[in-house]
Amino acid sequence: MSSVSATDVPAGPPPAGPARTTVFGVSLNIRQSGIYIAFALIVVLFTILTEGALLQPQNISNIIVQNSYILILSIGMILIIIAGHIDLSVGSVVAVTGAIAAVLMVDYGIPWPVALVLTLIAGGLIGAWQGYWIAYFGIPAFIVTLAGMLLFRALTLTVLGNQGIGPFPDPVRTLSNGFTDGYFGNVGLGVLGGADTFSLLVGVLVVGGMALSQWRTRTARLGYHQAVDPLPVFLLKIVTAAAVIMFVVVQLARFRNLPWVLVLLAGLVLAYSLVTNRAVFGRQIYAIGGNLQAAVLSGIKVKQVVFWIFVNMGVLAALAGVIFAGRLNQAGPTAGNAFELDAIAAAFIGGAAVQGGVGKVVGAITGGLIMGVINNGMSLIGSPSERVMLVKGVVLLAAVAFDVWAKRRAAR
Amino acid sequence: MSSPTQGDILRMREITKTFPGVRALQDVNLSVRRGEIHAICGENGAGKSTLMKVLSGVYPHGSYDGEISFDGQECRFAGIRDSEQRGIVIIHQELALCPQLSIAENIFLGNERSRRGLIDWNRTNHEAQALLDRVGLPENPVTTVSDIGVGKQQLVEIAKALSKEVRLLILDEPTAALNDEDSAHLLDLLRGLRAEGITCVIISHKLNEIAAIADRVTILRDGRSIETLDMDADDVTEDRIISGMVGRDLEHRYPPHEPSIGAEAFRIEDWTVHSPVQRDRVVVSKANLSVRHGEIVGLAGLMGAGRTELAMSVFGRSYGVDITGRVYRDGRQVEIRSVRDAIGHGIAYATEDRKRYGLNLIEDIKRNISAADLGRLARRGWVDDNEEYRVAEGYRHDMNIKAPSVLSVTGKLSGGNQQKVVLSKWIFTDADVLILDEPTRGIDVGAKYEIYSIINRLADAGKAVLVISSELPELLGLCDRVYTMSAGHITGELPRHEATQERLMTLMTTLTSKDPAR
Repeated sequence: MSSVSATDVPAGPPPAGPARTTVFGVSLNIRQSGIYIAFALIVVLFTILTEGALLQPQNISNIIVQNSYILILSIGMILIIIAGHIDLSVGSVVAVTGAIAAVLMVDYGIPWPVALVLTLIAGGLIGAWQGYWIAYFGIPAFIVTLAGMLLFRALTLTVLGNQGIGPFPDPVRTLSNGFTDGYFGNVGLGVLGGADTFSLLVGVLVVGGMALSQWRTRTARLGYHQAVDPLPVFLLKIVTAAAVIMFVVVQLARFRNLPWVLVLLAGLVLAYSLVTNRAVFGRQIYAIGGNLQAAVLSGIKVKQVVFWIFVNMGVLAALAGVIFAGRLNQAGPTAGNAFELDAIAAAFIGGAAVQGGVGKVVGAITGGLIMGVINNGMSLIGSPSERVMLVKGVVLLAAVAFDVWAKRRAAR
Repeated sequence: MSSPTQGDILRMREITKTFPGVRALQDVNLSVRRGEIHAICGENGAGKSTLMKVLSGVYPHGSYDGEISFDGQECRFAGIRDSEQRGIVIIHQELALCPQLSIAENIFLGNERSRRGLIDWNRTNHEAQALLDRVGLPENPVTTVSDIGVGKQQLVEIAKALSKEVRLLILDEPTAALNDEDSAHLLDLLRGLRAEGITCVIISHKLNEIAAIADRVTILRDGRSIETLDMDADDVTEDRIISGMVGRDLEHRYPPHEPSIGAEAFRIEDWTVHSPVQRDRVVVSKANLSVRHGEIVGLAGLMGAGRTELAMSVFGRSYGVDITGRVYRDGRQVEIRSVRDAIGHGIAYATEDRKRYGLNLIEDIKRNISAADLGRLARRGWVDDNEEYRVAEGYRHDMNIKAPSVLSVTGKLSGGNQQKVVLSKWIFTDADVLILDEPTRGIDVGAKYEIYSIINRLADAGKAVLVISSELPELLGLCDRVYTMSAGHITGELPRHEATQERLMTLMTTLTSKDPAR
């Protein structure tokens, strides 16, 4: 058999030998890490343009709180886009779930934790409604969610009767807008002044946990003789990530401690990253988006998976709806307008492929933050809103064009 | 026409066409006389369709070697429009009509009857009516194409060709989807066109039709032109054509294999499947077959015989409607309603079209291998990706998948290595019955040998293997027993020592037009 395999090499098209794969590996890396490089460049650019105002403690806190609901939506959206679908209705779902929460909490005076759970269930039902038409009835998601965009906006107006409902209970406002208490008092950081001890402790724990889990993953892979980053590269990545996290935490600790919504967001990112990377369910989403027919013939229950990612989107949209309403302290009829576009743009800027099958939760978050930083930075330097829109449009187009170009080059 | 009616209208000389890794055509010669009906015969993959695509400009000048002269002038077509301008029109096996448009709109599609940019509907429908009369289709030109049957659609295609002042009409398997009556009408029409001086090239598997209609026949085998026979002068019979089609030397070697055959693993009885597009058309009719543990069984048949449809309908009803019949696993009757059921009952199906139905080409080898049975690598829904890596590395080693690691993307692999990934994926499901549809299609000779060795190893491990293949030598070299299929029926079953290419080909071409089930 060995003699035959030797003749196979020149006869067939060149098999993927080491040299080729190295080239491909690099281009793959560009495709995956390009987004983080772009994010870093944009942050540096606006730090210079705003003369450092971008990275001031209060401003960092603002960027996180102002974009939290878009980031939550983009987590749900990336799953849908990986599966090869789209959801145009999330803005309207944000509005209607915000209205539902307001009616339950304000009009009916239901205790807020119960009302929150009921609102999330309502969001899940909305997702189930759309998921049914898409997965089981076979209508393209574009149409179903376009209809949903109108339906749920209409429902919002009906529920609210064309006026805002508020104010929300304090705990809900705290979740949207508030910060952790300074449980352990302050600690002096020399020239930086005082900072919240608790926030700093959380930051250290997060960094330590991240480093430990990365190290354990690396050790386990080495145990299986898998290729891993060389130790210096590995350490450089860990140190860089730790430095970025600690910088943000220190700045936040100097301002008003950790925003609750950041804690929530961190939990969601962690959970959904795990689901997409490690859960059978998450892996099936990639299989469906990568090749639907092959997924069907591999016995993957495609309809169920598609149904549940839309249910999930509904629940996350409801969460975003409550947070948005809580932030404004009022559920309004125009809430969530055009949020779907920001969430979709975040996913695509974050490296999702138009055909599906590709994308990461962290990528979508980074994509959302890129747009958030552009918004925030340009308003700091006093750009008019039409220019902000222009820049965001160009960034979206450039990001997808880069993705298409990288793929074409890789295919060559 | 003023040009003489004798002599050659078309000459193709020394045509060679290579695709990455595969030589589809090598030094093919074809000459067609003015005003004749010239048939081209060959097995699946012999190069017939490729040759016609070269001729019609689908593969433009420069992408192949050799010369084409039409009407005495050398041709360098850059695309289909060029060849159509010269009067060469090809009608593909899959009809290229827009189902939502009317007959008249389809006839003049891309060639609209218009005045100053606006379509002249009166002229369009009037001229369409004249063309329909000419092809003998009694339909109103404004009828929507989706409202008429496949046979009539075929006539619309011919009317469309006639609207372009066709001089050489190429028909690729024109009667494959037609019933007897429509086929007979079509053949009559071709005789009529011949009388009008239109030259026809017809590709067909139906040898009885070729014997009935063709003036001459050119036989292709393995990308080479073997011979051209004059139907009258040479007294050509169907058997004569068959021996030309199959008479190749055994160019591949097959690994030696001593089967050790056990109890029956898999059996289907009275398996009948209807087409999902035309619900009244029977695609597989009362098929019975069985495979034993340790046995490699072949399923032979020409294109459209229903082999893939049979396999996919068994594999969790992935094809077809109104499926009836019984499936037995290890002697016990089982119900298979979904692909998951099929996998659960230890049945695997490796598709004939790896790229479209078999692999996620943007994913790596590891994730493709685990895709059909990811649950086995998971605990409570969480995948152990280190274990997944180990499993995949094991297959990479056992199957000799040539890639630097299992993290390589499958879209980058050669056909042979992609096929090894597909096989690994199904072996990983621990299936006892493996249905392999064209397992060596598009794979070079060396890798084929490896695939055969893998199949033998599977049989030695007690698996029941059903191999669907269009290459008869492959079935003869690999299988312990071969079934033949034709027009949805199992038409024969030969043990290895009784099977020859000629006997198989005869069984594969019987019954094609006398099928009572149609």
